[in-house]
Order: sequence, then structure tokens, then C-alpha cells
Amino acid sequence: MTVSPSFVIRVVALGFLAVVIQVAAVSQISIFGVNADLSPLVVMSVGLLAGSITGAVMGFGMGLLVDMVLVQTLGVTSLLYIAIGYWSGRLRELRDPAHELVPLAAGAAATAIAGIGMALIQFLLGVDAPVSLLLLQQILLTVLVNSLIALPVYAVVRRALTPALPEDPRRRRRRRYTTGGLSPLKRPSEGLGGATRTVSR
Amino acid sequence: MHDKQVRRRRAVLALIVAVSLILLTAYFGESEGGPLHSVQRGIVTVLSPIQQGASTVLSPLKDVAGFFSSTFHAKAQNAQLRAEVDKLTAEVATYRGDAIINQQLRELVRLDNSNGINTYRPVAANVIGSDPSLWYDQIEVDAGSDEGVQDNQPVIGEDGLVGLVTDVTPGDAIVTLITDHTLEVTAEVQDSVGDVGVLQPSIGNPNELVLSDLPHNANIQYDQQVVTAGFRSGQLHSLYPPNIPIGTVSNANQVTLASSGQVQVSPLVDLRHLDVVQILTKPQAGTTRASTVP
Repeated sequence: MTVSPSFVIRVVALGFLAVVIQVAAVSQISIFGVNADLSPLVVMSVGLLAGSITGAVMGFGMGLLVDMVLVQTLGVTSLLYIAIGYWSGRLRELRDPAHELVPLAAGAAATAIAGIGMALIQFLLGVDAPVSLLLLQQILLTVLVNSLIALPVYAVVRRALTPALPEDPRRRRRRRYTTGGLSPLKRPSEGLGGATRTVSR
Repeated sequence: MHDKQVRRRRAVLALIVAVSLILLTAYFGESEGGPLHSVQRGIVTVLSPIQQGASTVLSPLKDVAGFFSSTFHAKAQNAQLRAEVDKLTAEVATYRGDAIINQQLRELVRLDNSNGINTYRPVAANVIGSDPSLWYDQIEVDAGSDEGVQDNQPVIGEDGLVGLVTDVTPGDAIVTLITDHTLEVTAEVQDSVGDVGVLQPSIGNPNELVLSDLPHNANIQYDQQVVTAGFRSGQLHSLYPPNIPIGTVSNANQVTLASSGQVQVSPLVDLRHLDVVQILTKPQAGTTRASTVP
């Protein structure tokens, strides 16, 4: 699968815009007492659309940008987003799920990985302050809120990337299979090499 | 062909994971002035105008969402606040009388009476970014070293203490909120004797702080106000000036207090909806609480 420069530009622009919008606006909007988090959803969407390597690299880059912009410990968010991007990419490569609600479930899983993973890494790095059990509730609420916006985020990412997505033989095969190898604009008889059905007696 | 693809995929994955781990280790191990910190500050400086612009452009969206959020919140709080207003109106009358007496006594003993916020040379700043994660409670504001902002300066909101400046660039600053797990504040309960403890966040619950290290026999009651202690001992002094409101005691379980010296505190400031804050650029001005002039 070769990646075109147009695709790279689109992915970089998408990641940058997502982080800026997240930091400047979305994280200041509170829903059920928590904030939506666009970043894991965008990484998950890119992985689902473009595969594991692209997803993992996108996760690394976007995580690094988040850590840079928010002056956090470099590498923490990158590690988590690499896992999200790679996992969603592998989901596509191994299962190629076609159901419309897959991004919703994958978005919930991606947010849960980000929330629980961040908690684990913070515990490993050392936390002096007491930890409230409400942390679990907050993670669950964030998963819920992100699930609600997962489908629109996936739709936006797909719209942005589809024109430049590398051609994928698997997708082409599936398209042929679902349409019987024919264009829906053609009649079945035209698809069979232009032979007309005649009954010889 | 397939093997080659698998090998390539694994190599890329191993490479970016290794880079992340190296960055994490190096960043965690280096000092504030280290190269990675410097690069990070440089990138924040470059990106802050973009963020500022995005914050302005997207402010109508924030306002609309904030309107709905505030409406629901206000409805829930309406009855509770009405009751509080009645109670506070009665208290205000008492305090007005006390304030007059206090003023007269201060003049008599020449106590330093400069705990007005203006003494600390406040610099107003707009919030241009905030952190979505539950672990790093930070905001980014559009005032930096050009306006006299420096590391470790306290930040206040409309109702009380917000946090501390932890990173500064010429045009903006990162403020770590009091609900962040890296921050501790020496605080005083405004009870009869002014019990002092250390205020820590309760991770995962942005609406609660824990005031610990209190005397086990302290007589702390629900709803008593908690303010910064602002101690000074020789050259050593608190980063926060005294008497800045932080919150109110939300749970003063006497058993917990006697066994672990802790009470729970609700912050006064709504840390999730900050638009404008003030950075106290001269926090040590007039912090002497009871020094008499010879």
C-alpha cells in the first residue's frame, strides 16, 4: 500500500486541526461534568480507514503534539495513541468490519484505552495525592460522551481522507463481491461481456 | 511479500514505541531547563497565537454550549442558593459591624492591612486552552513574561484560588490548577483558632479537595471557609498570599478528622468554566500577617 503526498498532507492537517480545536474549544465545554476528547477518536478513525501502520504513526504524531501543546510529559500520550491507532488499524486489516456502528464501538474502546492507560501510566510515574473512586466514573462518562460523538467524528475524518486514501485490494475485492463484480449502472447482461441472453431452441 | 509487509509493520511499530519511551524517560529525568523542555516551550510559543485565534473564532460555540450547561446547572442550584442567600444576608449584617471594629483595631496596633488583591499587582489573562485529560489539570492563558508573569505565581479566579503558574513563555503561561495531583497548598480553616493543613486534590473528582495534616482535635464544621495560610518563616515563605478564599468544608466527619486529620473541601471556583483569571505578579507584597511596626 503506497501512500501519496496528498494523503500525508491531509492526515497531518487533520491531526493538527483536531488538537487545536480540542485544546481551544472542546475541552472547555463540559457535558455531564466531563469533556469530550476528540484526539483518540481521530486516531481511531484514521486507523480504521487507513490501516495499522498509518494509525500507529498518526497516534504517535498526534500524541506528541498533544504533549507538546499542553506541556505534559513527552511520550505518555504518544504511547497510548500508538496503541489506539495500531489496534484500530489491525481491526480493519483482520476483520474489515462493515457495520455502520463499528466506529461507535471502536470510539468507546479507544477512549477507554486512553483513560485507563493514562491512569496506569500516572500510577507508574508516581502519584502523591489521594485518588478518588470517582475517577472511574469520570472515565466512564468520558467514554459515554465520546461514544456519542464518535460517528460524526468518523464521518468527518472519512470525508477528509477518502479522496486521498491509498487503493486497498481488500476493499476492491469486497466491492466486487457485494456488487457481483458489476457496476450498478450496468445491466447483468452487459456485465457478461456484452452477450445477450438468447434462448436457442 | 506478505512476510515483508509484516516485518515492515513490526519494525515501524517498534521504532515509534521506542522513540516514545526514550522521550518519556529523557523528559522525566531532565531538569526544567533541559533541551526537551526548551523545545516544548518553543513549540508552545509558536502555537499560542494559533490557539489564541482558534479560541476567539470558536468562542461562539463555547458560549452556546456554556449557555445550555449553565442553565441546567443553575436550575439545580437555584433552591440551594436561595436558602444560602437568606443565611448570608443575616451574616453580612454581623460582619459589617465586625469589619468596622476590625479596621479600628488594625489602626490601633498598626497591623499590615494590605491584603487587598491590588497589592499583589494582578495581571488579567484570558483562558485560551485547557487540558481534556483527568490527570493534568492545566489551563493556558494569554499573558506571559512580557506582562511580568513568572513561574510559581498564584492565579485567582472570580471567587478564589485557581492554581499556580508552572510554565511561562513571552506571550502566554501554563497554569496548573489546584485540582492537579502535583500541587499542594497550605490552607487555613476559618474556625475559631484557624487550624492549618495541607490541601491536596482528590484525583478523579474535580469538585473536591482534601485538607489533611490537621490537628486531630480540631473543631472543624461543615461550610466553614478555607483560605490560603500564606505562612512566612524567615526566608521561607508560602507561594500564596494569605487569606485568598479556596473553598468551603463540604464534609467534616469527626471520626475521620480524629483518626486521619482530614476534611473534604469544595473549591469555590468552577475550574471547568474559566474564561478570565488574574495572575498575582507580586505575591509576596504585604504578606506579613501580624507584624507590628516598632
